[in-house]
Amino acid sequence: MALEGFGPAFAFWLLSAITLISAGGVMMARNLLHAVLFLIVTFIGVAGFFILLSAEFIAMAQVVIYVGAVAVLILFAILLTPRSARDNSETVWGAPAALLSIALAAVLIFVIHDTAWSETNSFQAPSVEDLGRALLSTWVLPFQLASVLLTAALIGAIMLVRSPEEEAEDALS
Amino acid sequence: MTPGLDHFLTVGALLFCLGLIVALSKRNAIGVLMGIELMLNAVNVTLLAFHRFTESANPVAGQTFVVFVITVAAAEAAVALALAVSFYRNRETVDVDRINLLRS
Repeated sequence: MALEGFGPAFAFWLLSAITLISAGGVMMARNLLHAVLFLIVTFIGVAGFFILLSAEFIAMAQVVIYVGAVAVLILFAILLTPRSARDNSETVWGAPAALLSIALAAVLIFVIHDTAWSETNSFQAPSVEDLGRALLSTWVLPFQLASVLLTAALIGAIMLVRSPEEEAEDALS
Repeated sequence: MTPGLDHFLTVGALLFCLGLIVALSKRNAIGVLMGIELMLNAVNVTLLAFHRFTESANPVAGQTFVVFVITVAAAEAAVALALAVSFYRNRETVDVDRINLLRS
């Protein structure tokens, strides 16, 4: 069942325009800081898509994690590498990458429009409670593994960015 | 025109391809990471579109999968940016063309 009515259709086309234009901005922006700002707009547009697909919790997580954490982390990394180039230019692989991506997009869009998808007519949006119950019952093992992964990534990131002086201090104590 | 499954999949495919261009062609390692984040977002849009529009024996499976993708993306971003900062400290560059210590 498609999304009926004027509102969802209008929201879809507006969000498509915002998301794809700002993703193009990430590609075209000459300054890396401008590229991050375009990336934040893209993340918010994708969160809008999640709301349109009746996944409100995921949309909230998208805004909190991507806009709140990942984008800020990228900004920190750019500001912590001050003397490296701020420009967002392409390597010699720019043209081949563009050709490959256009070919991939053509193939994907052909397949999407050529396949007869069996769309359901009775969609019941699962509540956040359902999602929480599923995470802690059916998928409890992947859930725990994800927490171990996050801990390992956190410790690894802290170890990687320690300065040599801090490591020397730890060795002395 | 009411948006259906194919419209959402098309947006996901286009977003993925834009991310692929960024990830493959940028000179700055942080730019490459931004492309990877775009690709992961496109995959999430595709997963949730299938979750919304197709029949499933387990109706929360799609959203659960997206939760795990977001988790792994956050961990990956933290480690990749720590690598970029650490490499900048040693070599004063994050240019992927000049990260060639292992080249003989």
